Amino acid sequence: MECSIKPEAGYDLLQLSGEVDMHFSPELRETILERIKAGNPLLIDMGNVSYIDSSGIASLVEGYQTAKTANLAFGLLNISGAAMQVLTLTRLDKIFSLYTSAEQFRQEL
Amino acid sequence: MTEIPAVENAITIRDLVVDYGTRRILDGINLDIPAGQIMVIMGGSGAGKSTLLRCILGLKKPTSGSINILGTEVNGVRARDMHALRKQMGVAFQGGALFSSMSVAENIQLPLREHTRLDETTIEIMTRIKLDMVNMLPHEHLMPAELSGGMTKRTALARAIIMDPKLLFFDEPSSGLDPSTSAELDELIIMLKNSMRMTIIVITHELDSVFKIADHIAVIGEGRILETGTPEQIRASTNLEVQDLLHRKARETVVDADAHLRRLVGEEE
Ligand SMILES: Nc1ncnc2c1ncn2[C@@H]1O[C@H](COP(=O)(O)OP(=O)(O)OP(=O)(O)O)[C@@H](O)[C@H]1O
Ligand SMILES: [Mg+2]
Repeated sequence: MECSIKPEAGYDLLQLSGEVDMHFSPELRETILERIKAGNPLLIDMGNVSYIDSSGIASLVEGYQTAKTANLAFGLLNISGAAMQVLTLTRLDKIFSLYTSAEQFRQEL
Repeated sequence: MTEIPAVENAITIRDLVVDYGTRRILDGINLDIPAGQIMVIMGGSGAGKSTLLRCILGLKKPTSGSINILGTEVNGVRARDMHALRKQMGVAFQGGALFSSMSVAENIQLPLREHTRLDETTIEIMTRIKLDMVNMLPHEHLMPAELSGGMTKRTALARAIIMDPKLLFFDEPSSGLDPSTSAELDELIIMLKNSMRMTIIVITHELDSVFKIADHIAVIGEGRILETGTPEQIRASTNLEVQDLLHRKARETVVDADAHLRRLVGEEE
């Protein structure tokens, strides 16, 4: 898993790639919570995520909930394939805000 | 974590023999279990199905033969590698094997607490995701003694998949359940195969369930593989024992009165 933050105008873009499993999800969780604590809206680019397990999904859920409480936008960008299937299976596709472009997220801020 | 190479067969079993004392329980089992599909192992009571499962899980050391799981030869494997392999395998045991002093949620979390150092919030959310999948979210605080048969099986299933295993084993998912509860479990098993890409091994005698979920079937009788194949191939099997099993032929319709009496008073065997 690779996980890096790119500051954009008005929000942080978290670029995520590779396999998000129990080994790496704590790092993802910490990065997400830290950005929200800093008071930044967060867009997570899932386009290059090849696999995400339920610990990774749980980190996203916690991040989303924390952002919501802090009144900050939290979006998932370009989620597809296996990751999308997992979201659908767990009915989380109904909860998260999903985007196909960063521009779309930015406009909603 | 050790990378496990992509393999066509998730499990390969060769010439597996298991003796309990002087009794031969498994007698030269050869079986290939394809990755990403549902393999049903069926056979009469005492045929050796659970014993085979225990061997695959490393809980019973075979007398001879080999088992290869996800590219790792189990025989002579180092404890550390077996531990890594075990984390890729989820098991719902016949009877559930839930801990009676723990609630449904605590039972499901147990593997996470034992094998990972995930944050408490992560563990809680993961647990609820799995509880929701098996439709047990409203019952997370119940104790095992308060569960119905179907609820026990669903809880055991949730615990088996809590670590997102690559291999899921399910011993008798539907025995003792009413048809609609058992059909629900079948749906759940198929859903897990499709969305989570698990290789699933189900042991069952329930014929309705077998033909609904199986991609492949292996029939075991007296410790041997009687037949393997697709559901269609098994239906068309010319093996009499297989046909007996498919038609649930009642055992021993002709009773030798003398022999039966001797059995009942314990003079035989
Ligand atoms: N720990 C043990 N010690 C001695 N014999 C055993 C042991 N476990 C199983 N056996 C014997 O091995 C044979 C196969 O048992 P096993 O539990 O594998 O059958 P099964 O096919 O799972 O049956 P069922 O459908 O009733 O669950 C039986 O004859 C049983 O008595
Ligand atoms: Mg058994």
